[in-house]
Amino acid sequence: MKATSLTVLFIVFVVAFLLFNAAYTVDETEQVIITQWGKPVGDPISEPGLKFKTPFIQNVNRFEKRLIEWDGDAEEMPTLDKKFIWVDLTARWRIQDPLKFYLSVKDEMGAQARIDDIVDGATRAIVSSLNLIETVRTTNREFSVTVDQGYMAEKDMSDFQVEVGRHEIGVRIKERCASQLEPYGVELVDVRLRRINYVSEVRRKVYDRMISERKRMAEYYRSQGEGEKAKIDGKREKELRSIASEAYKTAEEIRGKADAEATKIYAESFGADPEFYAFLKTLESYKAALTGDVNLVISTDSSFFSLIKDPGGVEEED
Amino acid sequence: MAGVTIQTPDGPKTVQVPWKTISTVILVIFVLLLLNSTYYSVEANEVGIVQRFGRYAAPPRQPGLHFKWPWGIEKVTKVPVSLVRKQEFGFRTLEAGIQTRYAAKSRELSEESLMLSGDLNCAEVEWSVQYTIKDPASFLFNVRAPETTLRDMSESIMREVVGERSVTEVLTSGRQEINVEVKAKLQETLDAYGAGINITQVILQGVNPPDMVKASFNEVNQAQQEMDRTINQAYQAYNQAIPKAKGDAEKMISEAEGYAMERVNESQGDVARFNNILEEYQKAKQITRWRIYLETMSEILPEIRSKTIIDSEIQSVLPLLELEPEGRKK
Repeated sequence: MKATSLTVLFIVFVVAFLLFNAAYTVDETEQVIITQWGKPVGDPISEPGLKFKTPFIQNVNRFEKRLIEWDGDAEEMPTLDKKFIWVDLTARWRIQDPLKFYLSVKDEMGAQARIDDIVDGATRAIVSSLNLIETVRTTNREFSVTVDQGYMAEKDMSDFQVEVGRHEIGVRIKERCASQLEPYGVELVDVRLRRINYVSEVRRKVYDRMISERKRMAEYYRSQGEGEKAKIDGKREKELRSIASEAYKTAEEIRGKADAEATKIYAESFGADPEFYAFLKTLESYKAALTGDVNLVISTDSSFFSLIKDPGGVEEED
Repeated sequence: MAGVTIQTPDGPKTVQVPWKTISTVILVIFVLLLLNSTYYSVEANEVGIVQRFGRYAAPPRQPGLHFKWPWGIEKVTKVPVSLVRKQEFGFRTLEAGIQTRYAAKSRELSEESLMLSGDLNCAEVEWSVQYTIKDPASFLFNVRAPETTLRDMSESIMREVVGERSVTEVLTSGRQEINVEVKAKLQETLDAYGAGINITQVILQGVNPPDMVKASFNEVNQAQQEMDRTINQAYQAYNQAIPKAKGDAEKMISEAEGYAMERVNESQGDVARFNNILEEYQKAKQITRWRIYLETMSEILPEIRSKTIIDSEIQSVLPLLELEPEGRKK
């Protein structure tokens, strides 16, 4: 009785132990290869859930099923127009065929190293066959040059035209690497240019150019201001002269008309007896002319003083 | 109940072991542990993703108390879905608050923010991306490092978008456009990866020319202001001069009109007077003539200070005259 229950306990224990060793789970994030004495057995398992294997003699090798990040080191390389730049790429890949992957690169470390080599080579080949601008721009979108219009107009926009473009460079690198990575069970999903920067010597030159460009822009604004000022000053001068001269013209016309009117009025009236008018006018002008410090020397022949010498007689005239 | 026989120096001894108590205690502890791993609570801003034997058991568990199978049969990962997260590029907030403190600009940060514009100039762009997790299962199961992926793609796309613009555009007018475009492209890329991330906002925090060229950029701003000022001054001078000139012109014309009125009126007055006199004159010509003559003379002569009346017989008058008033005073 005692012996049998002990035996049963032992059997239960062994069965449970075997069962625990045979059962394994596959996570949503994993895919699995079963190996027997180190040799893969059966198809890779990517369905998540509870699975069983032969206990002890079979091993579970887990691989990432999700998208895996790859971040390359920044590499210095020349472009077609001999500009040296730092190119920093980022890529996403996944283990597309775990079996091939397991057999060729074993683990992610191995794969990353392989991707480093292949992507770096492809990048150098592509970047060195293109001008710098291709790594910066994606399309030939027109700059909306609202501010530096005058300045940009002087620049040749064709310097900034691209044929391939930044985004397409990533796509080309990806395409070129895809077939090379396929034997490793690696699928390259996306390659992007992360950072492009001038190497430091070039950067200094670029800064110098930027400074001189800005100085030119500043000069442009200043001279534009002066130009506008000159225009406005000129307009002011012109308008001043035109206003003054027109006023003069109008005033003189008015005066002239009035003079003519007055002349006409005088002529019409005085024409009735010109001699009498002359007489009156002469006397009037005497009145105006002979005043104050005038030294009048007058002869007794004059009508006014004729009586001083001779009171004269009465003559019947009328 | 069996005892345990222990060999002691005094000889074999049988000790009563309290098997029952021990097994009860073990059982209680075991049950407690079991119970403890069968329930979990999901907080208000998160959902629980349950995996049974590794397989995702939909749907996500909503906030509240839930039960699960213990022994690793069911695994729960809590994902804070309604929490708005933020990543910073080119700057780091050390301590957010009323007076937010930022990390000093290190080499790494300036590498992160330095980029080329479409006219091959450099600009330092600082921005932040705000996002939430829109699909927690995708977030966990599709991309291994979703947040690193977001960082990498954000950097790449920002450079792509800035690369489409001139440096002036980036520094001035294009900022809103850049926000919108980066947000759209980043969302598109992350959706293509199935990252389960929703970009809520992309904000350009600061866009600056590199330090070395900052002064020259400021000079351009100054020159622009100078230009505006020069133009304004010119307009000011214009505005000062023209209305005055117009006023002067009107004055001139009014004066001329006044003159005209005066001239015509005077002439009419003169004529009226003359006509009246003439009328009377014609009645007695000689008398009137004399009268007018004499009246005038008597008006004139008192006004003249020095008068010399010479006899008509005298031939030479010069010796008698001292024409200079000074001479006369002597």
